[in-house]
Amino acid sequence: MKPIYMDNNATTACDPAVVEAMLPFFTEQFGNASSIHSFGAQVGKALKEARVRVQTLLGAAHDSEIVFTSCGTESDSTAILSAIKAQPERRTIITTVVEHPAILTLCDQLEKEGCVVHKLKVNKKGRVDLDEYKSLLNDRVAIASIMWANNETGTIFPVEEMAEMAHEKGIMFHTDAVQAVGKLPIDLKSTKIDMLSLSGHKLHAPKGIGVLYVRRNTRFRPLLRGGHQERGRRAGTENSASIVGLGVACELAQQHMAEENTVVKKLRDRLERGILAKVKNSFVNGDTLYRLPNTASIAFEYVEGEGILLMLNKQGIAASSGSACTSGSLEPSHVMRAMGIPYTAAHGTIRFSLSRYNTEEEVDRVIAAVPPIIAQLRKLSPYWSGEGPVANPEEAFAPSYA
Amino acid sequence: MWDYSEKVREHFFNPRNSGPLENANGTGDVGSIKCGDALRLMLKVNPESEIIEDAHFQTFGCGSAIASSSALTEIIKGKTLDDALKVSNQDIADYLDGLPPEKMHCSVMGREALQAAVANYRGEEWSDDHEEGDLVCKCFAIDAVMIEDTVRANGLKTREEVTNYTKAGGGCSACHEKIEDVLIAVNGRLYSSEPKPKKAPAESPVKPQLTNYQRIRKIEDTLEAIRPMLQRDHGDVTLVEVDGKKIYVALSGACQGCQMEAATLGGIQHKLVEALGELVQVLPVGAMANH
Repeated sequence: MKPIYMDNNATTACDPAVVEAMLPFFTEQFGNASSIHSFGAQVGKALKEARVRVQTLLGAAHDSEIVFTSCGTESDSTAILSAIKAQPERRTIITTVVEHPAILTLCDQLEKEGCVVHKLKVNKKGRVDLDEYKSLLNDRVAIASIMWANNETGTIFPVEEMAEMAHEKGIMFHTDAVQAVGKLPIDLKSTKIDMLSLSGHKLHAPKGIGVLYVRRNTRFRPLLRGGHQERGRRAGTENSASIVGLGVACELAQQHMAEENTVVKKLRDRLERGILAKVKNSFVNGDTLYRLPNTASIAFEYVEGEGILLMLNKQGIAASSGSACTSGSLEPSHVMRAMGIPYTAAHGTIRFSLSRYNTEEEVDRVIAAVPPIIAQLRKLSPYWSGEGPVANPEEAFAPSYA
Repeated sequence: MWDYSEKVREHFFNPRNSGPLENANGTGDVGSIKCGDALRLMLKVNPESEIIEDAHFQTFGCGSAIASSSALTEIIKGKTLDDALKVSNQDIADYLDGLPPEKMHCSVMGREALQAAVANYRGEEWSDDHEEGDLVCKCFAIDAVMIEDTVRANGLKTREEVTNYTKAGGGCSACHEKIEDVLIAVNGRLYSSEPKPKKAPAESPVKPQLTNYQRIRKIEDTLEAIRPMLQRDHGDVTLVEVDGKKIYVALSGACQGCQMEAATLGGIQHKLVEALGELVQVLPVGAMANH
């Protein structure tokens, strides 16, 4: 049976049109865009086109605001380190507890090096408190970096409003929009967002290509210095094939934007409703009113996520878990913990993230596959007895040690 | 996804002895819900013979936790309590053809459930000071709490010392920054691992000379001190020959042909250099034949 891929927040399949557009750049179009001869000039022209396509998807005012990088993580690091370097008198960073490790790990390191980092807490739905945010905005803040949408739950943050608030106080604003670009309409020129990160492989372009949008007149310090590529803002020979691929992917994303928010959303809702109706003691994580159209984060109480994934995988279904055990650390996902999801549910959270390639037939297969898997694992669980959880689960099973 | 052995997969998909056990007379509940792994082991022990007639488990945990639980019940069924208590976490891992380093704690949990269940059967109080930190060294499955405790207990100052005492960082070396973080957290600063400049290099005229006999005794004593650490991992070392600055040893058991053989020899050499106060080279016995 054909495998079902529902892990598109982790990475996506390259669109065949993307691959086709890239291929010549590995063979006849091998020139260096910086060269004066015709080999280089043709590549230079292709990069320019790709840049405009990215600009269009982001609604940026100028194509020169698009800086190609190697990945979303590089874009995030560049943005935050640039803000710190360009404004040495400002040493505070505002972010959230539910950011991607690309932001959190960097902030932890900067904290060690003497920066002050404020991480906004979130409530049960995964939303930040804008009053708390407002109270932290002062002239010691170098940058506020808030993700556009959360990778695990899909919860959308009010980044446009938060950028306005930062702008009023003269504070730089960055957003990690890796999960949002291609799934939500974005028009940067009508916002006060100064910098934005995106990653190609989340929107059907290849891995190894990212973008940092840098608004004109934003004070900027490069992460990589060297040649004049990207107007000196990111040295290193351009990854021309991937840049061309990303350009095509952006154009396709633009064309499919409505589909993403109608067809894909409907599939996601069907999946969620179908599973919740058949599996008791399960619930949806995150803000169900404001979230990405493709993401379903479902907690199955009293079982652990890795077991679910292994059994799904056996049936050719790919999803991911918010559980620790898949990442090698012991704690459950920091996002689930931040939302106050109990351990017995946080460990059993599965994320299904869809794309325009998924079909209704696939959704129905997953709806049929999940309930027996959960039932089978619950049979093994010390918290479960027969048809439901044991009475007073926390007391009935209280294992000893740390 | 984890690189689980076939055996782990098989025990996960077809767990043996799962679910509640009627008339159990020994139960052990261990694990941590926070860490996402917890296990209830139920035993039916014959009071006359103290033989485990049946064993069942219920586990909240990942694939390898379920497989380890299943393996444990299979291993201990039919054993006397005393024999069952000799089962180590390594035995559980071996039964499953190995576990990834990040998952070795699943086998540890199995062993602890066994101790707890036996204690429960015997009416004893079982307590465990087990504490597990973030995994630091993936080559040898050493976590932060273990490193921190060893640093404190031995007043360790450098990354090299941590490697000599715990093996952490003795493999691929990617975790050296994390080990240094632990050292800074405990010591408040990082001590340089350069040899102290004050100590004059080798040619010190007042260096006390050991007699040949004393020197070999010292080498033996040093190796003796290292052996328990290797034996923990089912390995061992014996002294074969001392030829001037060259010390030949034989690694046996799990050490033999281990990918980490070079690192192990390096660690032994470090200890010997420290003990003898001179530069020596530790070589595997195989190197002697090529002589």
